[in-house]
Amino acid sequence: MKQYETVIGLEVHVELATKTKIFCSCSTEFGGAPNTHTCPVCTGMPGSLPVLNKKVVEYAVAVGLATNCNITKNCKFDRKNYFYPDNPQNYQISQLYLPICRDGSIEISTKDGTKNIGIHEIHMEEDAGKLVHDEWGENSLVDFNRSGVPLIEIVSEPDMRSADEVIAYLEKLRLIIQYLGASDCKLQEGSMRADVNLSIREVGASEFGTRTEMKNLNSFKAIARAIEAEKERQIDIIEAGEKVVQETRRWDDNKEYSYAMRSKEDAQDYRYFPEPDLVPVIISDEWLDEIKGSQPEFRDEKLIRYKKEYNIPDYDADIITGNKHLADIFEATTAICNNPKKASNWLMGETMRLLKENNMEPEQIKFSPKNLAKLIELTESRAINSSVAKEVFEKIFSDDINPEQYVEENGLKTVADDGALRETIKKVIEDNPQSVEDYNNGKKKAIGFLVGQTMKATQGKADPAMINTILKELL
Amino acid sequence: MSLMSLTAVQLGEKIKNREISVIEAANAALDAIDAKESSINGFVTVDRENALKRAEKVQKDIDEGNILSPIAGVPVAIKDNMCTKDMLTTCSSKILGNFKPSYTAEAVINLEKAGAVIIGKTNMDEFAMGSTTETSAYGATKNPWNTEHVPGGSSGGSCAVIAAEECSYALGSDTGGSIRQPSSFCGVTGIKPTYGTVSRYGLIAYGSSLDQIGPIAKDVTDCATVLEIISSHDKKDSTSIKRDDIDFTSALVDDVKGMKIGIPKGYFGEGLDPEVKEAVLNAAKELEKKGAILEEFDLDLVDYAIPAYYVIACAEASSNLARFDGVKYGYRTQDYNGLHNMYKKTRSEGFGAEVKRRIMLGSFVLSSGYYDAYYLKALRTKALIKKAFDEAFAKYDVILGPAAPTTAPKLGESLSDPLKMYLGDIYTISVNLAGLPGISVPCGLDCKGLPIGLQLIGDCFKEKNIIRAAYSFEKCEKKL
Repeated sequence: MKQYETVIGLEVHVELATKTKIFCSCSTEFGGAPNTHTCPVCTGMPGSLPVLNKKVVEYAVAVGLATNCNITKNCKFDRKNYFYPDNPQNYQISQLYLPICRDGSIEISTKDGTKNIGIHEIHMEEDAGKLVHDEWGENSLVDFNRSGVPLIEIVSEPDMRSADEVIAYLEKLRLIIQYLGASDCKLQEGSMRADVNLSIREVGASEFGTRTEMKNLNSFKAIARAIEAEKERQIDIIEAGEKVVQETRRWDDNKEYSYAMRSKEDAQDYRYFPEPDLVPVIISDEWLDEIKGSQPEFRDEKLIRYKKEYNIPDYDADIITGNKHLADIFEATTAICNNPKKASNWLMGETMRLLKENNMEPEQIKFSPKNLAKLIELTESRAINSSVAKEVFEKIFSDDINPEQYVEENGLKTVADDGALRETIKKVIEDNPQSVEDYNNGKKKAIGFLVGQTMKATQGKADPAMINTILKELL
Repeated sequence: MSLMSLTAVQLGEKIKNREISVIEAANAALDAIDAKESSINGFVTVDRENALKRAEKVQKDIDEGNILSPIAGVPVAIKDNMCTKDMLTTCSSKILGNFKPSYTAEAVINLEKAGAVIIGKTNMDEFAMGSTTETSAYGATKNPWNTEHVPGGSSGGSCAVIAAEECSYALGSDTGGSIRQPSSFCGVTGIKPTYGTVSRYGLIAYGSSLDQIGPIAKDVTDCATVLEIISSHDKKDSTSIKRDDIDFTSALVDDVKGMKIGIPKGYFGEGLDPEVKEAVLNAAKELEKKGAILEEFDLDLVDYAIPAYYVIACAEASSNLARFDGVKYGYRTQDYNGLHNMYKKTRSEGFGAEVKRRIMLGSFVLSSGYYDAYYLKALRTKALIKKAFDEAFAKYDVILGPAAPTTAPKLGESLSDPLKMYLGDIYTISVNLAGLPGISVPCGLDCKGLPIGLQLIGDCFKEKNIIRAAYSFEKCEKKL
């Protein structure tokens, strides 16, 4: 059998996290009753005109810089003409001739090593509205709340050869954009959407095969499955001596099957031309420097710094920097309590457990680093013991409570050495002569029982280490 | 004598001096409309009730000293392609036959702030596509000088109602001559300002890169006064320009001594009616008598302006008019079968022949494989035309020529030969392509008694030059 190679390029749409839309001052907030975040501009009313949101340019440039692109310092918008009811003007303002970023690349890592994936271009455009199909009648309704929400489209070169590389590329891209705060990049919610262009060729061939474009991929898993399925489908066609048809296909992840939406012959002629209602976007050196100056520390840089500065395990650093929000919490907590190891432990252990239990994403963590830092300080000063700490952390995780106040109010403080605890231990010793004897006869394990009895007597509030010390002293 | 025979500034003065009330002025316009509209058909909508309500409010504002503008209380007619909140705005098309905008165009807001009383919306060529106002879905407007003739277009309604003294002044829009040519045909004065001077926000676009709103009135003083009021830097229009030289009335000076006026030879060649030629050259001589320096010169690329214009304007129009699809507002066909059938039938029934012709032309020149050959070439031609004007304005303060090659043709003569109609735009179109200001002022009558217009063209932002020249000419001109 012949050996085949898969050639993949991606078109990734990312919804930008601006407060207002790309060409008007309507809110981009999700939800909201239909057609409440609208105005004459984003509903395509006659006579209305677009005005570019500067923040969109800044985000697009920031993503371009982070992906090593050349920034087009004099870029323009173009109109893409097509009729559809969710598109109020029946044209979309996008960029064809002079996109804002070009010729970039990012490095990805897979189990096979590292590799550069080229970025052909990044362009800015507006999102369309949403069609709602009336379940009772035969009507379709349009909600223009999404109309005019800013997007960037990141078009890669056909440099990927496997689903692994595609996922690595998308994860890398997602992290960069999340780190920039340019988008939350949620595939499920559509704030990041990837279309996969895939073709097959014999290993060693210099020409590309005919490609298809796959749409409706809502998760990394769906993308991986769709790539495998499309690869197999195209190999089958070629093996059968037939030709792959250039077409757009729609992936159905439940059926794990794709079907053709439209072929190249049906492709629309978008009649692109320069948008006359907008002036060219001139990106001055000063503006560019300003954007460069406000670029955050990205993951790769963070990893190096974490190892150097915090001395936490590579695995922990990898997980924590894998999410901007997690990294932010980690750094803020460490800055207060100066205990990176403990901060990392709380995030890697209890936080991950609770996230999983509650089916949450790290972005949904809402506790403040200040409270985690206080908790760490409480445990370090042995004011509470570790089982109490876990209990308190659960409250921090769910309600962001102040641990000092909570411990105080609920009387969870470790019973201190002087007085009460020493008395309690004396009583435990008196009540358990057998264990004392065992201990004195060399059965060192017997002390565990005495510690347990003391804990029971203090309702768990004592510090086991301290009990140990006092016990040894008294015995 | 009707109050409508006064200029806007004269009427404004009388209102200010309490000689006439705002209501009286509005009623004078409404009475004139009652008397003349059946023969002129210059309005699509006359908003009697609101005009009178508004007149009362403006009178109060004037009495309280809140409005001091020279045109406070003076009735105005607005071309029907400018959005007016809750008032029909049809673009003289069936497809917007029921359309009431949710907002008012910026230029109209500027007028309202100055105390203007909107009487109604004027007829035009459908979506401003045409040179005769015959492509309106609401019937042709007639030329008040001779109702068997067209008023020109596309701002034919605005020009005709001023010439017929149905209203004091009007707003028009000019994409390829749509203010200057009908002003010429109707014997009124109209200015197309430098692109970017008047906000296009709320102007229903035809050719976005060429469209400008401008005043149409009885004389240069009115035009300069109104232009000063409607000009503004509008953040809602990205192509709007911030200018600090919009005190246009300061140029109302009867003095052209030493002014260098260039006369493009190509504007006086074949195709120009001899009577128009004579009147325009006589006008030039009048200015020369006042001390202007005349010089003939060759303005390059005149012949390429028309094809370049029709490619660019139609391309933009094909996209601008895509939104009229029956989904959101305006006309929707009665019976249809599915979405595409609805689109097709709505647009087939809603648009007139000239609009369809230009949408098809525009879609063609933008289609894949033709874009470079037509649209890009037209953009390059546009840039070269601008360069040719730049060179001319290095030598001259003003360029002088006719506004149109003929006087107003008879109704029905033009539409049968659209190519000939397109050629009639030859003197006005390059001004739009280069973004320049131009004014048309009456300079005589032909043997049929129809008005002839003199066009004065200025460099970008040099409205004051053409206002001064036109004002000086107006002061010496005796024929009208």
